[in-house]
Amino acid sequence: MSSRPDDNAPLFPPPVAGQALPSAGEQRRDFLKLALGGGFIAWIAAVLYPVFSYLKPPKQAEVEVTNVKVGKLGQIEKDSGTIVRFGSKPVILIRTAAGDFHAFSATCTHLDCTVQYKKDIGVIWCACHNGKYDLTGRNISGPPPRPLEEYRVIVQGDEVSVSKKT
Amino acid sequence: MKKPLQKFYAWLDERAKISDLVQFMGKKYVPVHRHSVWYYFGGVALFLFIIQVTTGILLLLYYKGSEQLAFESIQFIMSKVQFGWLVRSIHSWAANLFILAAVIHMFSVYFERSYRNPREITWLTGMLMLFLGLGFGFSGYLLPWNELAFFATKVGTDIAGVVPVVGKPLMIFLRGGEDVTGATLSRFFGFHVALFPGIFTFLLVVHLLLVQRQGMSEPLGLDAEHDRKTMPFFPNFMLRDVLLWLIVLNVLAVLAVFFPWELGRKADPFASAPAGIRPEWYFLFMFQSLKYVPPRILFLDGEVLGIGLFGIAGLIWLLVPFWDRKSARGLRSRTISYVGIGVVAYILVFTILGWFL
Repeated sequence: MSSRPDDNAPLFPPPVAGQALPSAGEQRRDFLKLALGGGFIAWIAAVLYPVFSYLKPPKQAEVEVTNVKVGKLGQIEKDSGTIVRFGSKPVILIRTAAGDFHAFSATCTHLDCTVQYKKDIGVIWCACHNGKYDLTGRNISGPPPRPLEEYRVIVQGDEVSVSKKT
Repeated sequence: MKKPLQKFYAWLDERAKISDLVQFMGKKYVPVHRHSVWYYFGGVALFLFIIQVTTGILLLLYYKGSEQLAFESIQFIMSKVQFGWLVRSIHSWAANLFILAAVIHMFSVYFERSYRNPREITWLTGMLMLFLGLGFGFSGYLLPWNELAFFATKVGTDIAGVVPVVGKPLMIFLRGGEDVTGATLSRFFGFHVALFPGIFTFLLVVHLLLVQRQGMSEPLGLDAEHDRKTMPFFPNFMLRDVLLWLIVLNVLAVLAVFFPWELGRKADPFASAPAGIRPEWYFLFMFQSLKYVPPRILFLDGEVLGIGLFGIAGLIWLLVPFWDRKSARGLRSRTISYVGIGVVAYILVFTILGWFL
């Protein structure tokens, strides 16, 4: 009689009474493999977790700025733009030729450059990739995908200040 | 009695078995044909890398990597330290020449199909070194903390932020926070003088070992027997290499002395980006392309699309030894030539546009 198993037999036959189960030695080896493998993965995780946590810069406490004084009305020329330090962000304050004020985030919505007021064509312009915004902050030409975030300009007496829109 | 030098050699050879190496070098030949001139550009890039390491170490003696002191320390190097202007100018010029030499080397390897079996690993390590070279350029550009560098870094790291999913954490990792600040300078300084040189050195060793082990690749279609000439690597080819290095050093000195590298104005996070701002010439073609991409294409952000396309193109280029099946079989593929010419033409046209517009 041939010792070869039947060709139609399942690849992993269910244990049958009387057939040899994995020996105690094999069981022990499987257990050790699992324990060592799992232990190794846990060890890798224990090394990588602190490393990746370290790479992530901690959040620095920042003073919440809501309002910034810019200066006296008389000091701000008509048809000009100034960059104002608003906390850690730059804000552009524009005084139109007619004397109206507008303020926007000075960070270009395209790739983070700081915009400027371009007097000769009367638009807000970004030198980095030639993006243009009109004086309502709307992106009108070039690559910027979104309008500039608007800030509120408050004129109290002759004191000009900029605040976040709520 | 033996001369001391011979004695020393014998002593060393007994321990390190150098004679095997000398024998190996003696048996190495460089093919001579009408494309042989391209063999020299890798060596030139290597020489410029050595110059960068040397001048970089010299600059480290005085440079201070902080927001308050970086610009002033370079000013100090250029005005007070004896020959400081020269060392800094050489470092800046050699950086640019290195990229140029590496790019020429890369394209010559591409057009000669030298990346084909069995030199795939040599190509991959070379390409990774070129990418790393661009990383060196980008990180080193920020270190003087001047106006141009500040905005270039803002734009460059913001581009990394455009990548879907991993972009934002990657940008914060690169910047050391939400914005480009002194924290970014510290990180870039670390990348530039420790992380990148470490990785680069490893890749360089693998690259050079493979070149030595496998010898120089010969162009396809070179008639096997007919008219085949060679020259010994040592000393003939090496002496020519060294002669060229000498010429490069002279060119470098002339450039550094007569066209000293500008320092510009100190970065001010609350100033507008100056008109005429543009990146280094080797990023110009990508920069110029981004100017033409409209804000939205179908449902995609123009930025994401533009950067995605460059990323995919770079990846296809990197993997050329694996999809160019024809060259591996020793046949000349026209597709490779057309793709290569297309890429060179694109880079040239957009670089010129970026330069003059």
